Amino acid sequence: MAKKFFLSLSLIVAFCIYAILSQAKDVYVAPSGQTNGLNLSGNTTPTPNPAPTEPPPSTTPPIPAPVPTPAPAPAPKPKPAGQYKDGSYTGSVADAYYGYVQVKAIISGGKITDVRFLNYPQDRGTSIEINTQAMPYLTQEAITAQNANVDVVSGATETSRAFRESLAAALALAK
Amino acid sequence: MPVTVEVVGEKSGTSEAINKVFDYFKYVDENFSPFKETSELSRINRGEIKRDEWSDEMQVVFMLSEKTKEETDGYFDIAAPDGKLNPSGLVKGWAIQNAAHLLRNGGFSDFYVDAGGDIQACGKNSRGEDWKIGIKNPFKQEEVVKVLDIKSEGVATSGTYIRGQHIYNPKDKGKELTEVVSLTVVGPNIYEADRFATAAFAMGPKGIYFIENLPGFEGYMIDKNGLATETSGFKKHVHVNA
Repeated sequence: MAKKFFLSLSLIVAFCIYAILSQAKDVYVAPSGQTNGLNLSGNTTPTPNPAPTEPPPSTTPPIPAPVPTPAPAPAPKPKPAGQYKDGSYTGSVADAYYGYVQVKAIISGGKITDVRFLNYPQDRGTSIEINTQAMPYLTQEAITAQNANVDVVSGATETSRAFRESLAAALALAK
Repeated sequence: MPVTVEVVGEKSGTSEAINKVFDYFKYVDENFSPFKETSELSRINRGEIKRDEWSDEMQVVFMLSEKTKEETDGYFDIAAPDGKLNPSGLVKGWAIQNAAHLLRNGGFSDFYVDAGGDIQACGKNSRGEDWKIGIKNPFKQEEVVKVLDIKSEGVATSGTYIRGQHIYNPKDKGKELTEVVSLTVVGPNIYEADRFATAAFAMGPKGIYFIENLPGFEGYMIDKNGLATETSGFKKHVHVNA
């Protein structure tokens, strides 16, 4: 029992370290991403970012996908596949084509009570101006969350595969 | 595909008008869905009906697709990599636009029609303001990264989806589009915004410049690093907190 607990604890610690290292790596990678963004002429050399790995075959994920709703609604919470142990669990870093996604699942009373994004590109620098030859200046900025109420939202309606992968990994730890 | 219609004001016949809109979307889906075996589009792709036997709507959609292909230097192309024809990149905006016409003809002046995140707004919202349309964070479903003040205009977002890319580069069909995650276009109506959003997304990072050079259109592009690039006139649409 104690041994199992210790093993779980060390796994969690290992994941936390992994998460920190991943984020540190992500920050390191950021400037190259921005540099790439500065050259929009289409003649850029291939990005030095880590090559996106081939996405795994679209097998049915172990976790039911949050169902898209027609109107802006509170965050859809995936239903737990079973009873989980209380605590917070960090999932693996999953490649989402456009970057890396990592989530932390908070389990309370055996159920998922929150899912937090630990790793998604949101912490880049402030607005900068870009210039490409014979192109107008266009403003760039890091995306940031807005609090204002909206009537309706424009965007893709489906949930990220990477989100589900990372969440599945986090929940596997909570078993 | 979730469809949402909001109509402002008390008026008799509102629910009938909204039902008419939903029936219309059902009709479009049944005829234009590439996933439904029985749709007219699937029958065309199986060679079961000749061009002169197509419905008028199908003829119109194909004509508009041809026109859009010319206007976008070939980046809008309904010939999918599997050889089948798929005008979905234009049908949605076209259908929303037609649905909005149904409501206008019914005497409604303040409403929006949203189909899968592409929106035609008209008039004012229930608080008598411009419609507040959020741009979804492509990395975080429930988060909004920009709030727009939209009058009677269309807002369309092309993006990457869970099933991989749903838009490919017609000029290099094997190549995945990975740099740009989301491209939102504001235009005079949703039909125009949607077809140009689809084409510009297929252009990759250059797409925002295509929108920049289109008079009457503005765009907001988010790349894989969470960095957004906006067209020079985009700011006029951005809501500023009072």
